[in-house]
Parts: sequence; C-alpha cells; structure tokens
Amino acid sequence: MIHLNIPTPLRPFVNGKDTLTFSEVGTVASLLDHLVTDYEKLKTHLFTPEGSLRKFINIYVGDDDIRFLNGLDTILSPDAEVSIIPSIAGGY
Amino acid sequence: MTPLSQEEAQRYARHLILPEVGKSGQECLKSASVLLIGAGGLGSPMALYLAAAGVGHLGIVDFDVVDVSNLQRQILHGESTLGQTKLNSAKKRLKDLNPFIHLTLIEEPLTSDNALSLFKDYDVIADGTDNFPTRYLVNDACVLSHKPNVYASIFRFEGQLSVFNYQDGPCYRCVYPEPPPPGLVPSCAEGGVLGVLPGVMGSLQANEVLKVILDIGDVASKRLVLYDALKLRFRELKLKKDPQCPICSQHPTQTQLIDYQGFCGISADSTTESEPSIPSMLVKELATLMNNPASKTVLIDVREAHERDICTIEGSIWVPLNQVDDYFLSCDKHQHYIIHCKSGGRSAKVVQLLRNKGFDACNLHGGIMAWAHEIDPSMLHY
Repeated sequence: MIHLNIPTPLRPFVNGKDTLTFSEVGTVASLLDHLVTDYEKLKTHLFTPEGSLRKFINIYVGDDDIRFLNGLDTILSPDAEVSIIPSIAGGY
Repeated sequence: MTPLSQEEAQRYARHLILPEVGKSGQECLKSASVLLIGAGGLGSPMALYLAAAGVGHLGIVDFDVVDVSNLQRQILHGESTLGQTKLNSAKKRLKDLNPFIHLTLIEEPLTSDNALSLFKDYDVIADGTDNFPTRYLVNDACVLSHKPNVYASIFRFEGQLSVFNYQDGPCYRCVYPEPPPPGLVPSCAEGGVLGVLPGVMGSLQANEVLKVILDIGDVASKRLVLYDALKLRFRELKLKKDPQCPICSQHPTQTQLIDYQGFCGISADSTTESEPSIPSMLVKELATLMNNPASKTVLIDVREAHERDICTIEGSIWVPLNQVDDYFLSCDKHQHYIIHCKSGGRSAKVVQLLRNKGFDACNLHGGIMAWAHEIDPSMLHY
C-alpha cells in the first residue's frame, strides 16, 4: 500500500485523518487525482484554478522532493511513503 | 576574539569543559552577534538560551506589547511585564539571566527599507516571525547580505526547521517559491498552537545558531526537519538549491528587496482580517436585530465545534466551514444571512462565496469576539 501523509492544515478536508492509504496508483499525478476525487474540497488547496500544483506545497516521495525526481510523473513503488508538505508561517 | 573574564569563565564552566566548545569556542560565542526577528513563541526560547549560552551581542526586532494570551507559550515574558513592550520585558529577563551580554533592542517592524542595514551588524539571523511577508523578507535580506537564516515555523502540533542560505545551501524560496494566497493557510491565532511547540522548535533554532557560530556538528542546512508533537516523530526531508531560484541562483532575477505585502497578495490598506469590499454588520446592529422578534435574519456561525464549546451567540445556527456548501444547497435565497466566526476572517470568505451564489449574506464585523467585547462581557474570550 502507498501511504500518503496529510499535514495538519489539510486534515480538516480529509475528515481529520493524518494518513491515507492507496493501492497501486502508478504516478504522483494519479495519486493526487485519486486524492482530490475522494476529497473534493482539497482540490483548491493543492491546485491552482489552472490545474498546476500550488507553489507553497511540496510533495515528497520518501525524503525526496518530486521537483528533483520526475515531478508529478514520478513513479511510485507499491510501498511508497508520500508526504504533502505545505509552507507554514506561525512562530509568534 | 574577545577574552573571557574570571566571572564569565565560571558562568560558562559547563561549556569550557566540552571539547567541542572549550575556551576558544566560548570566546567565539562572546564575539558573535545574532539578530532575532520577533520576541514571541520561537523568539522566547531562542533569546533565553542564546543569552544564557553567552552570545555576546543579541539584537531583537519586535514592536508588540505583552498580552496575557502570549503567556501560554512566550516564556520570555510574565505577569510582571503585562502591557509593557516585549522588548522592555525581554531586556529585564535577559539582563537578569546574563548581565555580561550586550542587547540591541529594535522597536520597529522589519521592512524592506530597514532590513539590510539592520542585518549588516550581525553574523546570524534567526527567524521567529509569524507571517509570510516577513518570512520572505528575512530570507531575501539574508541572501542579499550573505547571512545564514536559522528558520523555524509552527502550526498547531507541527514544526519545520532548517538553516537557509548556509554554505551554498538552499534558501527559503528554493523550497517554497511562492506564498499561499491570503487566507488559504490559517495563522496560529486562527488555528491555535500547543504552547510547548514553539519551545521545542525555538530551542532547536538556538542550538543551530550555536552550531553555526561554533562551526561544529551537522548544521540543518539542505534539509527540512519536521517535528510532530502528537506522534513524537522527527523526520528529515532533503532540500536542494533551486537552479531557477529568483534570488539565490547564479543568475538571480531579483537583486534587491521588494514589496513583500504585495508579493504575498496582501493589499497595503487591508488592516483587518475581513475583505473590505463585502457587506458587513456591526455587533450593535446585530444585537438590535436579534432583539426584534419580527426579524427574519438568520445568524450562521461557521466556527469549529471546539470553538462553539467556548462561547456562542444565542440563536445562531452552527454550520462549520466544511459544511457550508452542502448546507446552503437547500437554503432560501430570499432570506438575509449574517455570517460570523471568531473575528471576521473566515466568515468574510463564506460571505464572498455565498454572494457569488446569489445569497443575500453579510459578514459580522469583528466576529463573536466583537460581540464579547461590546455586547456580552460575560462571554469567554479566546
């Protein structure tokens, strides 16, 4: 199974879950497709109205940023750990 | 290098016997200067530990005053300094902790006009701010002035830590090229934060500052350290320099500081959470309406369940944010709706959404906190 880690700010849109599991999905793009199909309200948080991944959200496969792998076309192994890492600004 | 006095040698005895620090390391700390941006949640432990460790010159930028709601996490301040400036409060505490260090207190906001001239006097910059415009400003000013940026940020139970712009490592913009649109990511004031979390992350920042000054260990450059306080889990992600980075790449497209409010999509004249263009109502007007039995106005509370536990306005209907779309599918478009949240930010977005769908909706200005201040002082504030 592929494990997808959901960061705190996005958990309200996936019924509070911190991890979701998916059976084999192929690429990061198809994983995210499955995700926003299952949880429609996540879509505006992850993608711009034009459909590209928002630039304050990074996707990691294991501990590697997909921007330095093959982007959304990065192929996922059946036991991949994928993480959505948004920028957060709190600190005061 | 500045030599240590007899008193200082005694004070730092536990450092002097560490081979990795020793006398020369302690003298190095004494000669070092660190600029802390913010004396809040992250800035508190950083200031305390860096002062205690004997960093010779600490600068602190802050222009806030100590509020009672700060004391849940901002351990630099206390009951005795409520209402005073945070810098005054910090000065009292830090001078008591270590009279041997030099403090520079800068009571003004960090801006594109003053950042470079402030940064030039310091070896290391430590970012303890709470908003995206200042985070990008700190980053860009660090890159332009060739200073390491010891960074942490927090949200609810999660923290992120890295040392940016260190020995040819990536900068903040390499990792997050653009900020989120305003309102998409809630702030700690909206989303809450566990009080200990800035303590953990600020302490880690202080530790990285010391490592940078002493040139020891593996500095958290080229990696993002994630801390999950609920799971007690630390993770590390690899960071790389973005060859297209607009500010730190070999051919930067940006060579000076910019308007960071504009960069983050915040207009210069918006001082409150709410959008100025949407209709809003004052709490006094709402109170009059609620007392009128003939009123057909419907008051909708879009806060979360745990916020309703703290306080509610009698007669309000609870429709949490994630149920707004579904709830209004079956609502009458001829009805007048007043939407409220805690202080008017989230409800403003709902009002905009409903008006786009043709509903007659308006925002309660200042939210339930304005109601608590002006109409019902017995209501619990949060």
